[in-house]
Amino acid sequence: MVNFRRFFLILVPYGWLLMLFLVPFGIVLKISLSDSALAIPPYVPKLDLTAGWAGLMDMLRAFDFENFIWLTEDNLYWKAYLSSVWIAFLSTVLALLVGFPIAYGMANASEEWRPTLMMLVILPFWTSFLIRVYSWIGILGTQGYLNQLLLWLGVIDAPLVILNTNIAVYIGIVYTYLPFMVLPIYATLEKLDGDLLEAAEDLGCSRFQAFWLVTVPLAKPGVIAGCFLVFIPVVGEFVIPSLLGGSRTLMIGKVLWDEFFSNRDWPVASAVAVVLLLILIIPIVLFQRQQQRQQEAER
Amino acid sequence: MNKRFSWFNATSLTLGFAFLYLPILILVIYSFNESKLVTVWAGFSTKWYGELFQNEAFMDAAIVTLKVGVISSTIATVLGTMAAYVLVRGGRFFGRTLFSGMIYAPLVVPDVITGLSLLLLFISLGVDRGVTTIVLAHATFSMCYVSVVVSSRLVSFDQSLEEAALDLGCTPWDAFRSVTLPIIAPAVISGWLLAFTLSLDDLVIASFASGPSATTLPMKIFSAVRLGVSPEINALSTILIGIVTVGVVSTSIITKRTAVRRRMQEQAAVADR
Repeated sequence: MVNFRRFFLILVPYGWLLMLFLVPFGIVLKISLSDSALAIPPYVPKLDLTAGWAGLMDMLRAFDFENFIWLTEDNLYWKAYLSSVWIAFLSTVLALLVGFPIAYGMANASEEWRPTLMMLVILPFWTSFLIRVYSWIGILGTQGYLNQLLLWLGVIDAPLVILNTNIAVYIGIVYTYLPFMVLPIYATLEKLDGDLLEAAEDLGCSRFQAFWLVTVPLAKPGVIAGCFLVFIPVVGEFVIPSLLGGSRTLMIGKVLWDEFFSNRDWPVASAVAVVLLLILIIPIVLFQRQQQRQQEAER
Repeated sequence: MNKRFSWFNATSLTLGFAFLYLPILILVIYSFNESKLVTVWAGFSTKWYGELFQNEAFMDAAIVTLKVGVISSTIATVLGTMAAYVLVRGGRFFGRTLFSGMIYAPLVVPDVITGLSLLLLFISLGVDRGVTTIVLAHATFSMCYVSVVVSSRLVSFDQSLEEAALDLGCTPWDAFRSVTLPIIAPAVISGWLLAFTLSLDDLVIASFASGPSATTLPMKIFSAVRLGVSPEINALSTILIGIVTVGVVSTSIITKRTAVRRRMQEQAAVADR
């Protein structure tokens, strides 16, 4: 009886994930090896179950890497991959530059203030992502609030073009992903022992030296975690480049979307997805290792 | 004030929170703008809220979104709690590594890939796409978040409590219901809330998983926003922001109060002894 219950407990979530997570990936892989066709669904070959084993063999024989070769030949794709990685990298650095001082300020604030500050960082995270991205359209447009302000101040003579450029994409990413950077850094800085800083200062360090030689190295795990938490999802980002970016903003998430919904080329879209996943596996594995090492160090 | 709190800290906190909150604040203020031209202030008015509530397409989408959110997050909470229990207390079983991999993978796989793969699954199964398929899709990725939240709670509490209940003659189910569940309840509730928010927020996966028969609010907002800023969307955003703010602030006050009450009860119990 107990064994049956345990079996049931394992089987239900396991089966659910197999069916709705792993099998779909298998299908993506399968279609990425197929050829596109003017049919419904728009690809060949299809698995002919009535033919049994022979049907399966026929399907396997028709598979090729044509779509992947196509990805390397057409400039659009590898440029989009490179530019996604580059945009993700640069915005991670920017988010770190903006996020670290905030986390540092929070950790130095008095203890009764910390929960409130923490809630203020988390609150935007619960607010719709789409709305937060949207809020920048009104600010950054040529007739937006920022340009109105700058023109009124006399800083500029003609409105700046920011919306629909990569600059708007960077602003949008830093804005929406900032909590992911701030929270892990704050978590490590909060645990930092103030006595260490006092010791450093007693031993002749200036306040800045103490910060640089004690605080920064000890904050490293939080910084690394924050960077991964921003970098990994941003590589596949779709909403921000399509709302704030322009026609020259190339990001692979948007390319995949267009390939699927506009060009209706399912095999190429699937191949794009497979390669994107392969690119992301490297940072994901690195992140996992770092987290494990961190956990072991804390034990 | 903490002695380490410097001018630099004060400045970076002020600028940081201004950066986080000004865009939202501007959005809220301009939702009460009389003018159709969203960047020109023409006096206070609530007329866009009225127009919003008369816009049937938005109202229908809101109902679909709420329905999907409630059902999918409930399924996700049940499945996610089960998965967390299996991961933390389940011991060894065949394919455990694969199982934990499948729990953590959806957290890092880009939405476009999850969406695409689910759509291809639904098509190859010949399922009609609509509310049901969005619910399935949302339940799948939310259950992973729920299971991470719940398992961190399960790891931290003392397993001997469960063992004591079993020794005292409870069946495993009774022990779970009367010992484990009350202890992990806060994590289960916050898991549900997280799943619900993720579902309300999702654009990409819902767009892939849904068919022509079902449109969620984010899909509606996205197609409207592509044409530029509109006062109706500002009004809608303000309502959503208001709901979230009230929800988050009241939950944090409640958790703080229960923590204080529990500490007082514990102290009273110690004093009685």
